[in-house]
Amino acid sequence: MPKLSIDGQEIIVPEGMTVLQAATLLGIEIPVFCYHPKLSIAGNCRMCLVEMEDHPKPVASCAMPACEGAVVHTTTPSVKKARQSILEFLLINHPLDCPICDQGGECDLQDISVAYGRDASRYALNKRIVPDKEFGPLIETAMNRCIQCTRCVRFATEIAGVPELGAIGRGESMEIATYLEKTITSELSGNLIDVCPVGALMSKPYSSQARPWELSHTPSIDVQDAVGSAIRLDTRGAEVMRVLPRQNDDVNEAWISDKARFSYDGLKYQRLDQPYIRNKNGTLVLASWEKAFEVIADHFRPLKGHQIAALVGDLVEAEAMVALKDLMEALGSPHIDCRQDGAKIEANPRCSYLFNTTIAGIERADFCLLMGTNPRWEAPLINARLRKAYLATALPVATIGLPHDLGYPVASFGNDPFIVEKILKGRHPLSTALKEANYPMMIIGQGVLRREDGAALLQVARKIAEKYEVVHHKPSTGHWNGFNVLHTAASRVGGLDLGLTPGPKGYATHEILKAASAGKLKAVYLLGVDEIDLSPLESTFVIYQGHHGDRGASMADVILPGAAYTEKSGTYVNTEGRIQRSLQALCPPGEAQEDWRILRALSTTLGIPLPYNTLEEVRLRLVAVNALFEETDTVQNALWMPFGEEGKISSDPFENIIESFYMTDSISRHSVTMAQCRQDNVTRETAHARNA
Amino acid sequence: MAKYGIWFRMKCKVANPSSSSCEPFVFSSENEAKIPEILSRYPPSRQVSAVLPLFELAQRQCGGWLPPSAIETVTAMLGMSLVRGYEVATFYTLFNLKPIGKYHIQVCGTPPCMLRGSEELLTTCKRSLGIDCGETTKDGQFTLNEVECLSACVNAPVIQINETYYENLTEESLQDLLEELAAC
Ligand code: SF4
Ligand code: FES
Ligand code: FES
Repeated sequence: MPKLSIDGQEIIVPEGMTVLQAATLLGIEIPVFCYHPKLSIAGNCRMCLVEMEDHPKPVASCAMPACEGAVVHTTTPSVKKARQSILEFLLINHPLDCPICDQGGECDLQDISVAYGRDASRYALNKRIVPDKEFGPLIETAMNRCIQCTRCVRFATEIAGVPELGAIGRGESMEIATYLEKTITSELSGNLIDVCPVGALMSKPYSSQARPWELSHTPSIDVQDAVGSAIRLDTRGAEVMRVLPRQNDDVNEAWISDKARFSYDGLKYQRLDQPYIRNKNGTLVLASWEKAFEVIADHFRPLKGHQIAALVGDLVEAEAMVALKDLMEALGSPHIDCRQDGAKIEANPRCSYLFNTTIAGIERADFCLLMGTNPRWEAPLINARLRKAYLATALPVATIGLPHDLGYPVASFGNDPFIVEKILKGRHPLSTALKEANYPMMIIGQGVLRREDGAALLQVARKIAEKYEVVHHKPSTGHWNGFNVLHTAASRVGGLDLGLTPGPKGYATHEILKAASAGKLKAVYLLGVDEIDLSPLESTFVIYQGHHGDRGASMADVILPGAAYTEKSGTYVNTEGRIQRSLQALCPPGEAQEDWRILRALSTTLGIPLPYNTLEEVRLRLVAVNALFEETDTVQNALWMPFGEEGKISSDPFENIIESFYMTDSISRHSVTMAQCRQDNVTRETAHARNA
Repeated sequence: MAKYGIWFRMKCKVANPSSSSCEPFVFSSENEAKIPEILSRYPPSRQVSAVLPLFELAQRQCGGWLPPSAIETVTAMLGMSLVRGYEVATFYTLFNLKPIGKYHIQVCGTPPCMLRGSEELLTTCKRSLGIDCGETTKDGQFTLNEVECLSACVNAPVIQINETYYENLTEESLQDLLEELAAC
């Protein structure tokens, strides 16, 4: 471990650290442009120059390894002059349009110029002009502002796995461009906006909408997939102006998916902001909360518990789920299900439904088998982790299911579910691959679990995991659990943790639908259920509680307007089983209320008041139901126990569970930006098909 | 233009898909035969380094320029992404991304040549051929370009025409040279 001194302070750093990182540890600021902690080192902007004794010239600290005995100075006149000169060079061609630039106020070039630059320019010639590029509906470009740091090129190549951006030409004519002006095809493209240190790449939907200092920031959790990415909601007044990632190295590192970042405009359209009831003519009319609750109470009064059922959608937080569960229990109904898609997965044992390896754990794996999943669409950030592992250790990835371009090499073994049995019997090349790996992992997608034979497949998968030591505890490799279920619904793991599955003699989703259409169920409570065909509920009394006038609301007899994820403080459990909290950024629109409050208020009208009145009390109730809810932000290893069901596996191939990445829930379906992305994708694919 | 320079933003043209879907480029059998030797110059893990000699081979076959189809063929052959190949092709002035005339005039504009009068040579070329840098005469005879040091500074100013260096040039000798070339 080398020991070096920076500005007279001594520090011992781990081998392989750079001078810049060592300085950061000491709290010494060195300005940078091209360096980004999550990207490879380019060393091309020279902003980070420092003086090192025994070096004749200033050195780029971002690329200089911290070596034993080095003596570094960052405050000498020569460093000051180097910084001024670099900035002067950068500003030769950089337009001085900060007043109309969206990056103004949060621009690295602006900040660093103020802190380290000269006070005036000496350049009196023409600046160069670079044509703007067309990068699709999400990214606005102003390429005159580009300082050629190549962060965007490295992001696209390294993280997104779409080597489509490049630095074209050289010297003064160097430009960032794609080959023949193609647009960028990545679910992570929005991160280019964050990595760009200047205003060359900006958010198109946010273009000229706000100034950074007008926005309030609220830490939150993304709910549009089950990864649970850490996000920051930037709001002004009653509107979300933009969504940015927060760094969480265990989950999303510094990135978020385009859906998490850009679907927020969907929060503005088709919102439910008033309770509605369906009148005798079958039309929905506005109602007060009291009236709506009375209608429900009147309806429930003659019913027995087992005539009522409840289903839970994909975006619901744990607080509302526990309130619904308690309400159903108080009503005496065993029919409750948080698996609206009918996934064949049980609430016990916990290891059977978690992404046990954890997202960061992927980096330890040395073999990965995907089953019936397209992680690029179902969880872009888990896919990015797989790619990271592929880049670092050449992680071999194999897939059973539809082939997809994941951005790294994947060996496709066809789309035949019987392969799974063959692997178990040791009669498949994958058997050997799993056996030989030290840290094998398998990822089971919802494409497997949603099938009729999902439980049988799950059991075979468990047996594979046991037979080939995918889950093991060995002295040589320690504890390893490579058995993973990849969820797509933000609420699912929370629902399972809280036991929102049918009680004794209770019905699961498909049985609820069947029983309702047969007239055995008289009332169904839908908590944000929008993803399934609800037509079997035609003649049943349906209560819909949620935030968008989507599929569920159109079936409803009573609509109770709830809050979207931005409008409530909620607890979400991601696919790893990580319990995370988000904060409320806005008030729900109109009469809408936080969801657990609605259930609490309804329980009073029904005469079975739930025993909590504040969010804290609901959270205590969460802990009472499952002690895991006590500890947030960490993953607790789930004990390995047998699960699954004996059954016959059908020969039907695995199917895609997501039709379009950009539209998977009631928020993204109402987002104009997401609609544009989808359209763009379709256009591109047809053009591609035509060319091919 | 204003003293302090002006700038404005331009919108690029929408991509023209036909430009990439023209006839695919194939190496002639004679050139094809040279490829294994070229690849063998680089270690197995560094095969992409062969992109330079392969581009050059393709450019020779195409009559002095590198069409997009050739970039596509070579990058596919080496398993590198298109834009990486495009970066290489645009970085080196060695590669012409547009068809060139029979005579490709490359005027060295780096300081040693500049001090010895390369600017005048460039003006002479422009005037007598009636074209600007990067352009080709209407009859397809001449293409003019300014390049960086041709490594023959001892005899500056230097001009390269196709594969021949012309050194110690003056405006007059250059004028004669151009006339001579135009005549044949
Ligand atoms: S566009 Fe932005 S990120 Fe890309 S090279 Fe230019 S300044 Fe850097
Ligand atoms: S930050 Fe070190 S050279 Fe750019
Ligand atoms: S400067 Fe012209 S040949 Fe070197």
